[in-house]
Amino acid sequence: MELFAVRNPGSMTTVQDLGRPAFLDRGVPFSGALDPFACRIANLLVGNPEEAAVLEITVTGPALAALAPADIALTGADMGMTVNGRPVSRWRTHKVEPGDLIRISRALQGCRAYLAVTGGIDVPPVMGSRATFVRAKIGGVAGRGLIKGDTLHRGAGDLLRRPRTLPSRWIPSYPQEIVLRAIPGPQDEFFREGIGDFFRASFQVTQQIDRMGCRLRGPAVRRDAGSPESIVTEPTMPGNVQVPADGQPIILLVEQTSGGYAKIATVITVDLPGVAQAVPGNTVRFERVTLKTAHDLYRERQRRLQQIRKHLDEKCAADGGGV
Amino acid sequence: MSAILYEQARIRLSGDRALLVEYGEGIDPAVNEKVRTMTAFLKQNLPDGVEAVVPGYRSLSILYDPLATDPATLAKILHALEADIRAGSPAEAKIVPIPVCYGGEFGPDIGVVAEHTGLREQEIIVLHSSVDYRIYMIGFTPGFCYLGGLERRLWTPRRKTPRANLPAGSVGLAESQTGVYPVDSPGGWQIIGRTPLRLFAPHRESPFLYEAGDRIRFVPVDKLEFDRLYKTEWS
Repeated sequence: MELFAVRNPGSMTTVQDLGRPAFLDRGVPFSGALDPFACRIANLLVGNPEEAAVLEITVTGPALAALAPADIALTGADMGMTVNGRPVSRWRTHKVEPGDLIRISRALQGCRAYLAVTGGIDVPPVMGSRATFVRAKIGGVAGRGLIKGDTLHRGAGDLLRRPRTLPSRWIPSYPQEIVLRAIPGPQDEFFREGIGDFFRASFQVTQQIDRMGCRLRGPAVRRDAGSPESIVTEPTMPGNVQVPADGQPIILLVEQTSGGYAKIATVITVDLPGVAQAVPGNTVRFERVTLKTAHDLYRERQRRLQQIRKHLDEKCAADGGGV
Repeated sequence: MSAILYEQARIRLSGDRALLVEYGEGIDPAVNEKVRTMTAFLKQNLPDGVEAVVPGYRSLSILYDPLATDPATLAKILHALEADIRAGSPAEAKIVPIPVCYGGEFGPDIGVVAEHTGLREQEIIVLHSSVDYRIYMIGFTPGFCYLGGLERRLWTPRRKTPRANLPAGSVGLAESQTGVYPVDSPGGWQIIGRTPLRLFAPHRESPFLYEAGDRIRFVPVDKLEFDRLYKTEWS
């Protein structure tokens, strides 16, 4: 059903889900929500499966006129949201009715917010996902960001009987000084001398941040004498910290599949949302961890999601249904 | 770069969800063939917990679910598989014909290549279409092939100023590389022709015509044939 008329798209708003990993070998990047944790929670709040499509809102939010009843929830970056001019909180659900006007303002902290709606944003799946990948013009609304005049649809889903809120102890914060835990490699042996400095240094987030990568500026990361400037192009992963010839690191993200520079370290999965929420001027430090620590933290994150799922389901059952 | 095939794969961590498995050094058909064979094998017998296998020039990346498996288990499987296939020969690579209309409006830089190489236009077309190019890897954009095997006499530097937008299907070369742009994209290669085929068709049942390890054969076609094929592919 028709859900939103887009009055104003915001600076960059796209439809995203959990991405498209099945075609990496054909040069099709993951795509999907850059902060999957915030995306999953937005969906859980409104009673959707975690992989339902949401709006990923970058820096400045859109204005949307509701055309149908729905529950909505905004998570991620700290963007103010109003319904008919009345401020409403993030990390909880709100009911909207036809005629309501939703406005989402500029992020005060963080970079990307996620708006989930009952039933998910309904666009045709492309190669198994609804995620927008603008460079290849696939997914989302005609393979592009929202523009004024678009109409968004939602899938079928039951409305909640009562609003649901994420307990504040589980709401992540988006500090200006970001610590990213990382595992050395895959090419840490190119940087035997420089890697110590890399893990001690403080970098600035530059203006060059998008869904392909996050460019940092700071003390040049030194390659060992004799290590080549570039390597034979190889498959890359989100979180790989690539060091080009000028020594200024780039954290690769979900719209990159290959690269020809050595990677000194790789940001661990649970800290990738921190990169998604970085804005120019933030500082970034890398902290060395072992694979075991990374996997322990990954399991802890999965347990946390399980806890949140259970908490929201119990609330729902106590309210007498809604799923 | 001289080629070295490793005795046994070297396995690196690429974060907490992927391994980078290297089979040799340099850009070399024998090393890449090993990558192709291992990729095919792994895809046929996908180990538990493996979510994707992504081949490169000399390595492949294995994406795994840390809740379902771990690098030590995967390393054991990979080494056993490698020992297993040493005896066997891999399946034949597929040869994929790609029709190309060379020169004219579709190949605005063929004159630049002619001038640089001292070859006539017809010689460029014959040389470019007489090789079966190995697809070493697919990356950069959906369906973009890193090809190997460009005839040395055709090597031409890239354009000083890249073009902001090349139409999908543009066939170009730069230095020792040649290839096709599957989607509209900026690019600095010398454009010598265009294929009417849709190399990335997201809504087709199989969106791609080839995979890494296959060979591409460029087949010259005239404007009439180009138009006919274009109509069926893109309508």
